[in-house]
Amino acid sequence: MTEGSRNITRQKLSRRSVLAGFGAGASYLAMPWVARAQDEIIRIGFPTPLTGPFAAEARDQVKCAALAVKQFNDKGGINGRKVELLVRDDKLNGGEAATRTLELIEKDKVHAIVGALSSAVQLAVNEVTRARGIIYVSISQSDTINEVKDFSKYTFHEALNPHMTTAAVARHSFKKGNKVAHLVADYAYGHEMLRGFKRAQAQIGAETVGEILHPFGAADYSTFMPRLRSMRPGILCISNFGRDQANSIKQAVDFGMKQQMKIVVPVLLHNQRLAVGPDVYEGVVGGANYYWGLESGNPSAKAFNDAYRDGNRNAIPTDYGAYGYTGVSSLLLAMQAAGGTDTEKVITALEDLKYDVAKGPQQYRKCDHQSVQSVLVLESKKAASMKSEVDLFDIVANEPASTDLLRSCSELGFPA
Amino acid sequence: MDTELILMQLFSGVALGAILVITALGLSIIFGMLGVVNFAHGALFMVGAYAGLWVASLTGSFWWGLLVAPIMIGAFGMIIEFVLVRPLYGRSIDDPLLLTFGLGYVLVEAVRIIFGSDGIPFPTPPQLIGVVDLGVGFFPIYRLFVIGLVILVLLLLWLGLEKTRFGLIVRAGARDPTIMRVLGVDIGKVWLVVFGLGVGLAALGGVLAGPMRSVNPEMGSLVLAEAFVVTVIGGLGSLLGSIVAGLLVGIAISMTALFAPEMATIVMFALMAVVLLIRPQGLFGKLA
Repeated sequence: MTEGSRNITRQKLSRRSVLAGFGAGASYLAMPWVARAQDEIIRIGFPTPLTGPFAAEARDQVKCAALAVKQFNDKGGINGRKVELLVRDDKLNGGEAATRTLELIEKDKVHAIVGALSSAVQLAVNEVTRARGIIYVSISQSDTINEVKDFSKYTFHEALNPHMTTAAVARHSFKKGNKVAHLVADYAYGHEMLRGFKRAQAQIGAETVGEILHPFGAADYSTFMPRLRSMRPGILCISNFGRDQANSIKQAVDFGMKQQMKIVVPVLLHNQRLAVGPDVYEGVVGGANYYWGLESGNPSAKAFNDAYRDGNRNAIPTDYGAYGYTGVSSLLLAMQAAGGTDTEKVITALEDLKYDVAKGPQQYRKCDHQSVQSVLVLESKKAASMKSEVDLFDIVANEPASTDLLRSCSELGFPA
Repeated sequence: MDTELILMQLFSGVALGAILVITALGLSIIFGMLGVVNFAHGALFMVGAYAGLWVASLTGSFWWGLLVAPIMIGAFGMIIEFVLVRPLYGRSIDDPLLLTFGLGYVLVEAVRIIFGSDGIPFPTPPQLIGVVDLGVGFFPIYRLFVIGLVILVLLLLWLGLEKTRFGLIVRAGARDPTIMRVLGVDIGKVWLVVFGLGVGLAALGGVLAGPMRSVNPEMGSLVLAEAFVVTVIGGLGSLLGSIVAGLLVGIAISMTALFAPEMATIVMFALMAVVLLIRPQGLFGKLA
């Protein structure tokens, strides 16, 4: 039961940090005079789905965000002002996220928001921050948030977007003449990944032999398997997230699909690989914003991993955890450069910022505020070649940060 | 669309139906005999999966987990009945419903505290890994095993209820507990066993589902919904109803998955709505 004990330690730690966030929020409600007296403190709101199917990823986000805040505070804060993280559970629900965000802005008087984990929830948060003129650093995958329709000057997108993820994954796993069948979760995330893959396929010359949309949160995928097999693909491309990914890959493997086709996913999820084991994921290829194994050739990753290990009993940060770290770090670096929390100055600072905190150089593109960054392509290792319990993936490629992977500003609808 | 694919799809539906039957059966038995709507059913399904995993990891064998976990959780179910549910008999039907609803949350949270909320790998037993060629397509050996086991369990249940003295008492007790008491039968003991049996079946469903799905604290929430839909379609309390409805829902999901896959989850609720409109008591239910 080593898996179990590992999970227990994680649970305790995350719970503590979450409680710290909740406690801080509650003290403001209880003592409004304190809030006024402590205007010095820089408050960052952090809505994320602590409960529900993406809870594992959300908790990692919180831990890493808290690490970024701690590092700034240990160095004396920002111009002497301490930073505080206010964590809220958005329950993976757009309405809940909007309410929590509004509370963070109105009651807790946060200076900026970082967070959200689902593409649809993130858009709900964005609606609120955009209307209130509050800076929002989104750490969930989305394409629409870059487009002119959803864009606001207050919004920065730290996460990869589906377009760049699928472009990088396709570049390293599809070949001309490949036949690709798609199994796709029927909501924004799946739709955007599918669109990205099909666009990349068109460039590479790989053919789509069929696509099946499955309901979000389905537990059984057996009924999709006969039809997927009858499409006779060389590649089965599964675009879904969280437990949907674990369940669908597990059942595809049960049905013997891996003997006949390669399984490719847009994002190879660290926690889901842990949850279903190496045999199920063996040979599955997918993208990632971060993998701890980067540290062998990347000093920023080494520093980030070491700092995380220190505070988390030698555990390593995960992919979605890293978003919490890079997202909060970029915001705080910009606040430091801007000399405070003045919204306009911080926006300018974010636009000018060049940062390298965990994975190599990153920079927000001016037109759509998308973070231009490297994309990893990973392949899940087989059990026999794992050197440790956390040695999960081989890095197939590290696609360097480049606007080549993004849609151009004019394609997104921005004036040239 | 060729016939092979449709046949294969039909078979997938029956297989899925078998899994639905096993998850719905415990719920149906407890309601049919005791009149208690067990909202902790999904949570007990999940606890069963964890218990199976725990026993399997201690003994190193899936088979011990499959055998011991349902008995263990069934005994736990008896404690639940004796300590929590029993004081509520004779009160409104809502009271045990609310109690078990809360109990479900407690169980989920307890598992989160003990095992963490990330989920734990539950490997398929090595003897049952792989696929077989059915002539119309490939099918996992493990799922075939599940179908076989479900048939076996149904057969045993039927024999137990129809051919034994205890079964006779259970059936009579479900119809008129007062008369049974007058005849000198300790109906409390019967209810204890029936509740334990229902909970044990939920746990068995959980252990069987473990190698097919990821095992995590929330795995029971969808199962509760599915089990309810199946029992409502079949008629609350009717065992035959649960079996027929489980297969029906499985086939409906499978066929929808073929023609309109994004509707595959909704179709069972649509089916339930249609059945309720035409036959409010369900396919095999009796009018109150």
